[in-house]
Amino acid sequence: MSEKPKLKLALYWAASCGGCEIAVVEINEKLLDLDAVADILFWPVAVDAKYDDVRAMPDHHIDVCLFNGAIRTSEQEEIAHLLRCKSKVMVAFGSCACEGCIPGLANFYSRDGVFERAYLTTPTTDNPEKILPQTVTKVPEGEIDLPEFYNTVLTLDDVIPVEYYVPGCPPQPHQIWAVIEAIVTGNLPEPPAVVGAGNKTVCDVCRRTKGEKKVSKFYRPFEIEPDPDICLLEQGIVCMGPATRNGCAEDRALCVEVNMPCRGCYGPPPGVTDQGAKLVASLASVVDSNDPEEIERILSDILDPAGTFYRFSLSKSLLRRAKV
Amino acid sequence: MKKISIDPITRLEGHGRIDIFLNDGGDVENVYFVIPELRGFEKFAEGRPVEEMARITPRICGVCPEAHHMAATKAADAVYHVDPPSAAKKLRELFYSFFFCSDHATHFYILGAPDFVMGPDAPVAERNILGIIHKVGLEIGGRVIQHLAENHEAIAMIGGKDIHPIAGIPGGWSAPINEEKRVRLEEIARNAVEFGQFSLKLFADVVLANEGYMEMVLSEAFAVPSYSMGLVDENNKVNFYDGHVRVVDLEGNEFVKYAPHEYQDVLAEKVVPYSYLKFPYLKKVGWKGLVGGQDSGVYRATPLSRLNVSDGMATPLAQAEYEKMYEAVTGDRSGSKPIHHTLVCHWARLVEMLYAAERAVELVTDPEIVSPNVRTFPSETPTEGVGIVEAPRGTLTHHYWTDEKGIVQKANLIVGTTNNYAPIAISLKQAAQAVIKKGVEITEGTLNRIEMAFRSYDPCFACATHTLPGKMPLEVRIHDADGEIVQVVQRNMG
Repeated sequence: MSEKPKLKLALYWAASCGGCEIAVVEINEKLLDLDAVADILFWPVAVDAKYDDVRAMPDHHIDVCLFNGAIRTSEQEEIAHLLRCKSKVMVAFGSCACEGCIPGLANFYSRDGVFERAYLTTPTTDNPEKILPQTVTKVPEGEIDLPEFYNTVLTLDDVIPVEYYVPGCPPQPHQIWAVIEAIVTGNLPEPPAVVGAGNKTVCDVCRRTKGEKKVSKFYRPFEIEPDPDICLLEQGIVCMGPATRNGCAEDRALCVEVNMPCRGCYGPPPGVTDQGAKLVASLASVVDSNDPEEIERILSDILDPAGTFYRFSLSKSLLRRAKV
Repeated sequence: MKKISIDPITRLEGHGRIDIFLNDGGDVENVYFVIPELRGFEKFAEGRPVEEMARITPRICGVCPEAHHMAATKAADAVYHVDPPSAAKKLRELFYSFFFCSDHATHFYILGAPDFVMGPDAPVAERNILGIIHKVGLEIGGRVIQHLAENHEAIAMIGGKDIHPIAGIPGGWSAPINEEKRVRLEEIARNAVEFGQFSLKLFADVVLANEGYMEMVLSEAFAVPSYSMGLVDENNKVNFYDGHVRVVDLEGNEFVKYAPHEYQDVLAEKVVPYSYLKFPYLKKVGWKGLVGGQDSGVYRATPLSRLNVSDGMATPLAQAEYEKMYEAVTGDRSGSKPIHHTLVCHWARLVEMLYAAERAVELVTDPEIVSPNVRTFPSETPTEGVGIVEAPRGTLTHHYWTDEKGIVQKANLIVGTTNNYAPIAISLKQAAQAVIKKGVEITEGTLNRIEMAFRSYDPCFACATHTLPGKMPLEVRIHDADGEIVQVVQRNMG
């Protein structure tokens, strides 16, 4: 065969929503191009192959594994180890695998708290015997097992080594295609590296006009009708733009285009490890006061700062999780 | 006793496993459908501003984020006691109609159709969307891809992003559309009507004209008599965005019709130790375990159920297809007799897709759709509120209780697929009993037939496991009479 062998790909989802998979499908007509250059060996959402098919592969059989989702159960951790062993290159694909994303907000609470709400105290729950899911259940015919539910949501590189990180919730299709092209042509940078995103902040590409930021009051998005052309943060709407990597669109930022503030799904910009801390620093510089008490009053308008500033990155933040 | 596991269940969104126990005679003794995951959204909603739930809960499911976005937005309207302007409601429904056009096509062509177009025994490596494109030709494949691309474009144009949209806020929509966008949206909507008709034609040619498939579609092994649930408008026509939830019994008689805030009077959810998912049921009928029938509170909330509870479709082309479907299956074109054959769900999904496209044309040609008046500013103290929409996979309920600042204190979510957990489990057991027989070799195709029972629900266990993060591959484990796992049935790569 003179043809170059096809690339062997695997895609997997752990604790995530499936949006990363749909984003892959949304490369649309390029799916056919992908089919021409790559064999997808494992992709539970769209291709019929099972775990044991993967177990039967030789080590490093898969060229690249795009792994999305955070690690929340023992099964997810086990599959992460299995795919690491079978793959030459491991990619943390999407915000959940990179930094915990929205599921990581569960780290504000404990496993017991999650179980109590889900199985005992939600108003439609009918559970007088106070049954909770068990890792092993004896049924008349035998036993049924469930993976263990961890107390903490972990990121992919908490459990296995990772070469590349593709941020975004979800990674945008044009970025996914760029990453696939880089894989196919062998143009990936030296690992570890972030790929499929920009190297600036959302503010740097936002099309809204930025002036001197002097905020004397913060608003919630539904409280005011913002000017469509002026920086949202200047208008007092908390926007994660200054603390977020660009990449959600080639020449702009998506959410602000419909008058809604950025919430940070592309993770921290280059050189920043803690996205929330970066935003706090940005906010401190925009408040229009030098009086500490007044500054505190103005900042107190911001509801749920932790859940906003760490909306996507709590699992990876310096906080990691709340002590509960 | 012998146990068979199918793990992971493929071509559905989320994770899952089917445990099949065989008795000493080699027949199916029992089947357990296990959801091995949970994410805990109801818990970590606590402490968040209620308007942010429309940006957080879409991450319950990346396949139907629009549904969670809309349910959360409507729940926040209710929490703030605010009524959005008419233009905002129309814009929301237009957005939502494009979403149904796209989502139903995703299911039919990517998840469901491989079984019909390729055949349930086709080699594993071909039984997927790329296999379909190879078989039906690039022209049709290209048409499917174009339809999906255009409807995603429409969703992003109105909602800001297609996966995880952002424009819904209490009291309305964050940005209006202009005439330039409207023109493009109208073009997309009209293409979607054509695509809807095309898809029904394809279904007729490939499935209805194939006796073998129809025998399977109409067989008792793939029928679960149960109550049906779905949202209807004031004329009892199918509606995805707003209305009352109607439940009909096995004969089609109205059992209850409730407003969103009354859902707790109707529904309850049973907890079991072997799965992270709860089983919802009709409270007044009661939980009788995993059985169908008039005395069991098990109900279904699927495209077929929505058609079963309605008196028809509100648009002409879809109404004609609705009549055609009921006439073919029940002999009564009025649709007053419900259909319980699970696989007919695929047909109902296509009827709905055509309705969504026609509805999008109606809305996008309404002069008010470009009105800039898309916000009502909340002025009342927030308390609690319920938002209900139809997700493609079933009735979706979001309920939030807040403090006086609108910070969520408690949340309750009953999502599309969760409604169908019990009927799916029942369908799986029936299908397993029908295809696994003593002395007959269990092949990969056998297991795929069991999964087909399941895929017709278009189950989304990412959604269902909102209560902890969810994914769903599947495994069938065969347990012997001693309960030992003697075989984990594999699919070999083709």
